[in-house]
Amino acid sequence: MLEDKTSKFVLFGGVLIILAGAFAPNWIVNQFMFGFSRALAIVGLMVLWRTGLVSFGHAFYFGLGAYAVAILDIQLGVTDVFLRLLAGALVAGLAGFLLGFILRNYRDIFFAMLNTAISMVLFGIVVKTESLGSTDGFAISMSTIFGLAPETKYPLFVIITSVGVIAALLVNYYLKTTYGRLTTAIRDNEIRVEYLGFSVAHAIHLKYTISTILAGGAGALMAMSLGQVDPESMINWTVSGELVFVTILSGPGNVIAPFIGSLVFEVLRTYAFELAPQAWQLIMGATFLTIIFFLPGGIWSLLEKLGGRKNGK
Amino acid sequence: METFLTILLDGLQFSSYLFIVSAGLTIIFGVMKILNVAHGSFYAWGAYTAAFFIGKFSDMGMPDAMGFLIIIAAAIVVGLILGFVIEQGILKYMYHRDEVLIVLATFGLFLVLEDIILIAFGTDPYFAYQPMALLDSVELGGIIRDVYGLTLIAVAALVALGCWYLLNKTKWGTLLKAVIYDREMGISMGINVPLVYTLTFIGGAILGGLGGAYIAPTISVAPGLGTEVIVLSFAVVVVGGMGSIAGAAIGSIIIGILRALAVHELPQVELFVVFAVMAVVLVFRPEGLFAPAKPRKI
Amino acid sequence: MKHNYLARAVGLAAISAMTLGAGSALAKDAITIAVPSFLTGGAAGPFGIPAMNGAKMVADAINAGKLPAPYDSKGFGGATATIEAIDEGGGATKQVAEYRNLVEKRGVDAVVGYISSGNCQALAPIAEELKQFTIFATCGTPRIFEEAPRKYVFRTMGHATADNVAAAMYVKEKYPDLKGYTGINQNYAWGQDSWRDFDLTLKQIMPNSMASDKTQFPKIFAGQYGSEISAMSLDKADLIHTSFWGGDLEAFIFQGNARGLFKKKIGVFTVGGTAAYRLGKKLPDGLVLGARGPYGILVRDRDSALNQWFVNTYKNLYGTYPSGPAYQYGQAILAAKIAYDKAGSDASDEALGDALRGITFESFSTTVEMSLGGGHQAVTENGYGITKYDDENGENVVTDVKFYPGSCIMPPEGVNSVDWIKGGMKGAKC
Repeated sequence: MLEDKTSKFVLFGGVLIILAGAFAPNWIVNQFMFGFSRALAIVGLMVLWRTGLVSFGHAFYFGLGAYAVAILDIQLGVTDVFLRLLAGALVAGLAGFLLGFILRNYRDIFFAMLNTAISMVLFGIVVKTESLGSTDGFAISMSTIFGLAPETKYPLFVIITSVGVIAALLVNYYLKTTYGRLTTAIRDNEIRVEYLGFSVAHAIHLKYTISTILAGGAGALMAMSLGQVDPESMINWTVSGELVFVTILSGPGNVIAPFIGSLVFEVLRTYAFELAPQAWQLIMGATFLTIIFFLPGGIWSLLEKLGGRKNGK
Repeated sequence: METFLTILLDGLQFSSYLFIVSAGLTIIFGVMKILNVAHGSFYAWGAYTAAFFIGKFSDMGMPDAMGFLIIIAAAIVVGLILGFVIEQGILKYMYHRDEVLIVLATFGLFLVLEDIILIAFGTDPYFAYQPMALLDSVELGGIIRDVYGLTLIAVAALVALGCWYLLNKTKWGTLLKAVIYDREMGISMGINVPLVYTLTFIGGAILGGLGGAYIAPTISVAPGLGTEVIVLSFAVVVVGGMGSIAGAAIGSIIIGILRALAVHELPQVELFVVFAVMAVVLVFRPEGLFAPAKPRKI
Repeated sequence: MKHNYLARAVGLAAISAMTLGAGSALAKDAITIAVPSFLTGGAAGPFGIPAMNGAKMVADAINAGKLPAPYDSKGFGGATATIEAIDEGGGATKQVAEYRNLVEKRGVDAVVGYISSGNCQALAPIAEELKQFTIFATCGTPRIFEEAPRKYVFRTMGHATADNVAAAMYVKEKYPDLKGYTGINQNYAWGQDSWRDFDLTLKQIMPNSMASDKTQFPKIFAGQYGSEISAMSLDKADLIHTSFWGGDLEAFIFQGNARGLFKKKIGVFTVGGTAAYRLGKKLPDGLVLGARGPYGILVRDRDSALNQWFVNTYKNLYGTYPSGPAYQYGQAILAAKIAYDKAGSDASDEALGDALRGITFESFSTTVEMSLGGGHQAVTENGYGITKYDDENGENVVTDVKFYPGSCIMPPEGVNSVDWIKGGMKGAKC
């Protein structure tokens, strides 16, 4: 499972980043935590995208994961980082599994729109319900690790990076299994896939559930890194758009791509916001269009090209 | 009875501007198969342009009745410029790409257009209340209503009638329908499809702009205007059936009245009721309540 | 020649390094204060920009040593402050990320500002976590200091409870026969707290008036209130309470006015003050108007040297009278100066906190006592008046202004606002 180049690179890169993080200033550690938290959701969206499915509503699962952490914190005082992560991923995954029975029959724009509708229902409920924090959301207390309250953010950073590494390895493995490989095949001709004796519905259902577990985990990790959840920046449709944006930015080429893409996104946003607070959306939108037009394979394809040139290919 | 009438009028008023905006969205989808997220920006641009010039002209001492001309002019100018530039500059090169990818491109456009609004008009909210003040108010169902809001219903009806006439009674409409049903057939029949696309997109953009321009006098025109309206019009076209004008009309009436009912009777559910309906329709009737008949291709 | 140059350059560098080093060992010459406020969005024009103007004006005057006595010493503990204007828009989560950047990446010395209660509530625990000296200028939810004790976070003005208890008392005095009341408030901490406090207080002091069962809580920055206005017009209540502010406030006034809402109902606007200068004749007469304390139009004529300096300088600089947010941000910057003067310009965040905790100081328009929340939450008087358009001078004025002392409208130390009101407001000194 760990023999291929990607797995080795993920392991090596993960260890390197964890070591480097010990010496990095806080704000850089923050960027990595936000970036890698989001990357988890992007990995899931990438799996869907390879099959030709784009969800314009995954903020639903992202938000579920984040709010699971918040509710656990406020109602039961759960602060353990692993319990929180698990709860976020499970709640979102369960919702995704159940809704998957319906969504697996949808394609194209209908798939995108039904996801949007579902996420907006949750948005409408949260915004209008005071006990769910309405527009303000909740502040989240610092996470503990096996009962210990860390002094710095570094331990959380190590955990997020490790979770990212494990997720990347697992998804990378999954993509090599038979069901995992049923991506382009489904996109191109579903009937042919059925004739070959595979159930398209099952394949899509599994992919969908995987993507929702990852999105929920991402939401939980994001909530813990930020220390805050609110509907506008966790559930609204613009968040779903943002997730898709990072997916396209990263490119579907490899499970490493979402991590690089998310980091680029995070840094881009930080600087766009600092340098041009009134035009940061413009910068993001323009980047997005440029990618769609000139770099359909995302940043990953660019890296591949550069790497290829270096090797003299 | 009073409550009933009030809810009906509130609902229809809300439906009316939703319909004008959604009609544009659904026409573009019907003809070009593009779900245009940037449509929300057309709405916002229409609102801003109208509000800006209504204020400017009023400051210059022009009669307030000019406001109505400005509203129409703003919609046309915004639609023509944005529609033409976007279709010719960007979308034209994307027609061979995946439908979903085009949606994403329009999302990128949406982000860009939102910020250009900020840069062009600043962040201060605009209030273009002059046309509303001009028309005064009447007492209806025990409460005072502004006449301007009621004219909105008439304008929506006119738009609906116009669309129906254009589609069913003109040569243009026949061409358009031919393209809607079968693009390749249209081309082989000698229809200039690229031109049809350009004109359709501009027409849709003008409707989006008109929705914004006409509602502008009754709201505070502030940044973020397009964000909410675009998902609402998605809900409308999904409920009614994507690509159908009649569907957009029914969809906006359902959503407008439901929302008004919620505000009056159960304010907590006001926001989510719209999307719950959208989700339910998608689950049980994905083609929408009034989807246009689909031709069978062999 | 070349050699000479080099030697001189090395010498200069050494000298400047020495002076720099020496300087920072004693006291800093310059500090950076981040001032977040709404620079974009509907709240910018009526609220965020005047707030920022107030902060900049006061900071400039302090840097130049031009404030009236007793604040006429130059600088913040001698140091010149640079104001970094930060946009407060985009929601609490984005603000949390921004705040972390401000502190950890940009390394600002102090953060002074914030208008939205949602942002303050989200940032209070983050400021504590990062141990960053922070003064909230305007935001109003009482929960910030009632939920947890704070060490690094301060608020230099009264909170929502003061606004709404005072509003209820004013209503009782002016409209003793009130039968019913309803409200329209934004659905976030500020709107919910405001309505709760107003409603609970009226239940206590006017038990014969009935609250409507259909109070409206539209989304913040909705800007469109057609159905809500219809619903309230049909409601039997004869009074409407609102804590709308900024662009939402102005939109609601325009839309309500066109529908004759304020002819039929009494309007109580707890943050209406900003509209008085901006809307001119379009502001209806007869509204009950507050300014979240003794600020803006309510105190324009107070003739203390500090207040007259504030009003006149602001008018000269920006061409309009200062509204509430300008005062509130100016007051928070002044508090920062007091803390730096006491603790020194190179003081730690802890020392700055110690310097501000529990003190009483004379601000531009009023006396500020930092006496709640363990000395972190200010108590000031609060007032209301009735709007009237003055045809002669072509501007809005307020009549029948009445002020309530802080001890009358805010709970005593250690008591939660809601419990205090429900318990009959024990210990209030009116």
